[in-house]
Amino acid sequence: MTTTIVDAVKAARESGDYQSVLDSIPYMKFLGLVVEPDADGPICRMPGSDHIIGNPVLPAIHGGVVGALLESTAIMHIMWSHESLHVPKIINLTVEYLRSARVVDTYAQAIITKQGRRIANMRVEAWQADRAKPVAAAHAHFLLPRAED
Amino acid sequence: MDVDPKSLTWAEKLAMMLENSQGQAKSLGLALESATRVGAVLRLPWQETLVGNPATRVLHGGVITTLIDSACGYSLMSYFESLPDIATLDLRIDYLQPAEPDRDVFAGAEVYKVTSSIAFLRATAFQTEGDPIANAVATFMLGANAPKYNARQG
Repeated sequence: MTTTIVDAVKAARESGDYQSVLDSIPYMKFLGLVVEPDADGPICRMPGSDHIIGNPVLPAIHGGVVGALLESTAIMHIMWSHESLHVPKIINLTVEYLRSARVVDTYAQAIITKQGRRIANMRVEAWQADRAKPVAAAHAHFLLPRAED
Repeated sequence: MDVDPKSLTWAEKLAMMLENSQGQAKSLGLALESATRVGAVLRLPWQETLVGNPATRVLHGGVITTLIDSACGYSLMSYFESLPDIATLDLRIDYLQPAEPDRDVFAGAEVYKVTSSIAFLRATAFQTEGDPIANAVATFMLGANAPKYNARQG
């Protein structure tokens, strides 16, 4: 039952291309996320489009979608960092909204703040045109699947 | 059916607004279940495209995040009986248990404190009432896009 995603992660480790892993996760594909490889871990790009808008007046990207981009980037980072062949389970997430996110391409990259045997503590940042001006940042905890799972 | 907007209650107007909304709320098919002066309840219909783990068909956490953030926004509109100028400052969510596939998810938010510039909310997502799948606290800025102080003086 888990063959598809596990096979995709295994293939990505060989090729270094994690887009097929992302595309096997329906909601990440629904958001149109694109993986851009980087030495420090995958950068996820979310193209600006009408369907991710939350506030049509500004207009701005929906705050929840910004949260989803941050969470997705952390998940991709954990799978990229060889910590898991499976999608890790989110335990909690704290999002700080720093600037209004305009409806343009948004990027995010994660770092593992602390790696335990069962828990990964992550920090993620999202930015648009200027990486020095993040639009949002998040802290999150994930539960790593047991090796035998 | 033609409806005279003046005959609608505020909750009915909000429900109509969400029904006619564009963007992510439309993509997710969000609907307003109820709205009072304390808060609002939104419903997210099940959609296979919102799955976050293809092996288990559990919804992506980000979908729950969006549902809760929207429920908070509608709670503030319900509380103020207006379209307040708001921006999410901070949103913290505990994912208590995975959402069961093939079932709708609801999120109820409550405005528990409002100051001159900040609103504090708590929210819960559930599939069966009394059995939460996520619990959240959020803070929103009020008057987020108000003119700058100096400009207002001028």
